[in-house]
Amino acid sequence: MGKLWGKSFDKRKIEENIFKGLMVFSMLVVLGSLGFILVTVFAKGFKALSWEMLTQGPQGGYYIGKGGGILNAILGSLILGIGATFLAFLFSFPIAFYLNLYLKKKSRLAFLIRFSLDILWGVPSIVYGAFGFTLMLFWGIPASLFAGMLTIALLILPIMTRSIDEVLKMIPLELKEAALSLGSTRWEIATKVILRQASSGILTGVLMAFGRGISDAAAVLFTAGFTDSLPYSLFKPVATLPLSIFFQLGTPFPEVQARGYASALVLTVIVLVLSIVSRLLSKRFTRHIIK
Amino acid sequence: MNIRQFKETIAHRLMFLLCLFVLSLVFLMVFGLYQRAKPILAVSSMKDLVFSANWHPTQGHFGLAGFIAGTLWVTAIAIVIAVPLSLLTATYLSEYCSRWVREIIKPVIDLLAGISPVVYGVWGMIAVVPLVRDYLMPFLSERLPFFPFASENYTGFSALTAGIVLAIMISPLIISIIEEVMRAVSFGVREASVSLGATKWQTTKWVVLRKASPGIVAAVILGLSRAMGETMAVLMVAGCAMQGFPKSIFDTAYPLPALIANTYGEMMSVPLYDAAVLLAALILFLITVFFNIVAWGILLYIERKEA
Repeated sequence: MGKLWGKSFDKRKIEENIFKGLMVFSMLVVLGSLGFILVTVFAKGFKALSWEMLTQGPQGGYYIGKGGGILNAILGSLILGIGATFLAFLFSFPIAFYLNLYLKKKSRLAFLIRFSLDILWGVPSIVYGAFGFTLMLFWGIPASLFAGMLTIALLILPIMTRSIDEVLKMIPLELKEAALSLGSTRWEIATKVILRQASSGILTGVLMAFGRGISDAAAVLFTAGFTDSLPYSLFKPVATLPLSIFFQLGTPFPEVQARGYASALVLTVIVLVLSIVSRLLSKRFTRHIIK
Repeated sequence: MNIRQFKETIAHRLMFLLCLFVLSLVFLMVFGLYQRAKPILAVSSMKDLVFSANWHPTQGHFGLAGFIAGTLWVTAIAIVIAVPLSLLTATYLSEYCSRWVREIIKPVIDLLAGISPVVYGVWGMIAVVPLVRDYLMPFLSERLPFFPFASENYTGFSALTAGIVLAIMISPLIISIIEEVMRAVSFGVREASVSLGATKWQTTKWVVLRKASPGIVAAVILGLSRAMGETMAVLMVAGCAMQGFPKSIFDTAYPLPALIANTYGEMMSVPLYDAAVLLAALILFLITVFFNIVAWGILLYIERKEA
């Protein structure tokens, strides 16, 4: 207890209140930045957004302010994202499954796999891009939709596998035991019991990975290239939304930049919708789950 | 052997192969990048490439030191901003706020983590660049005309701008890890501290934070490596003009990832350029893998000890 202006006070309480204030302040800064980002993108992007932008590819001279839209990039991103997510799922579901059903809890192999997935998760996307580039040189394929898909699939493989893995970890042991005691093989448990039981969690992981895949630009910079035509072949370059935003902002023309802001709005809305849908799914989609 | 068992065996083998693929991926990446970086390592030594700032590709000089320094500079600024913010926010979420506040705030912070790096870049260009150009830079640079504030760069595209954007980008990651680590501290130690007459803050400060400190270090390392590798947002706001070693937070910076991303057009036309760029990617890869191994090592060690 100290004394100040005739009043007694508790130094500890004052310190606590100062820090509590600082904590609330920093949380508001973090949340405020999110609000700030959304408000900026919405305010700037909404003005330039038009029906034409969403339904047309860029016409000649689009990047100096002529007509057209970003349909090439929207379609390109969606196709590339879906393809990459599918590819990554082909790998990540079996791996997550192997980790949880085939390997023992304290298995050294499981530990190593999880550890390398965590490490791969932290590797920057530009490095995946560079690695994808070396693969392209090795196989002699040009910058294309296929190369982009492959690179993005590698990029989202760790995040998808680890989130499915976490879901599968939660499945009660009794369920597996019950299925085993009925004489099913482990592969049957995987496809007939667990896939159903964990479907909502798996879907959440897949959507999350999809969101990460379509919002990344650095990995597709070398590998998917860029084009003004709509995607039509697996082995031709494809436009992606993040890169389209980047190029539009790189021009010195205000009207093109404004359309860049509108494209950023489109991308943000897609990502927000994805993350909200996946959150809702993980809560609602519980019909098949045995508790 | 019946058909069910046959399926089982096939599936088992295939899954095992997939797992081997994941295990080998790190080495594959090192190998692939190293193979492509070899031509430049044959001409000049690793020491020259990493410690020289002489970057003139057309004359055959590929010193990466300026870019490495730029990476460290921008990352350092981001960490200085992000760590206090994240630590305080995580402490609030884990120790002070009520459950329903946490249930609302955490998904919102996760949303922040999901926003595209390019959109962060857009935000940086629209909002943070003017903030730095019109307020921070004139204010600080004139009043404190010495290292690290003095600068001649009045554009607003600077290391500080990139640092601010990066700090906001990496905060969600740091917050979620610190919060998890703090909540894992057992209730018994908290109760013991409170029963000795400590206030809530004293308990938090001397018991919870101390006990969580290895995890906090790990979270910071993970944030650091995320900041180092971030490309597009930095490319859009850092100015990216080659300036040698950084002298001010208001100078432009040119980090390694931005260099890699910026060269995609001219890479194949200048001899050895692609090798130099892929060497840069290899260096970036090795640094981030190293940091990640350390951080996950710490987190796993904590988990083991708790169990």
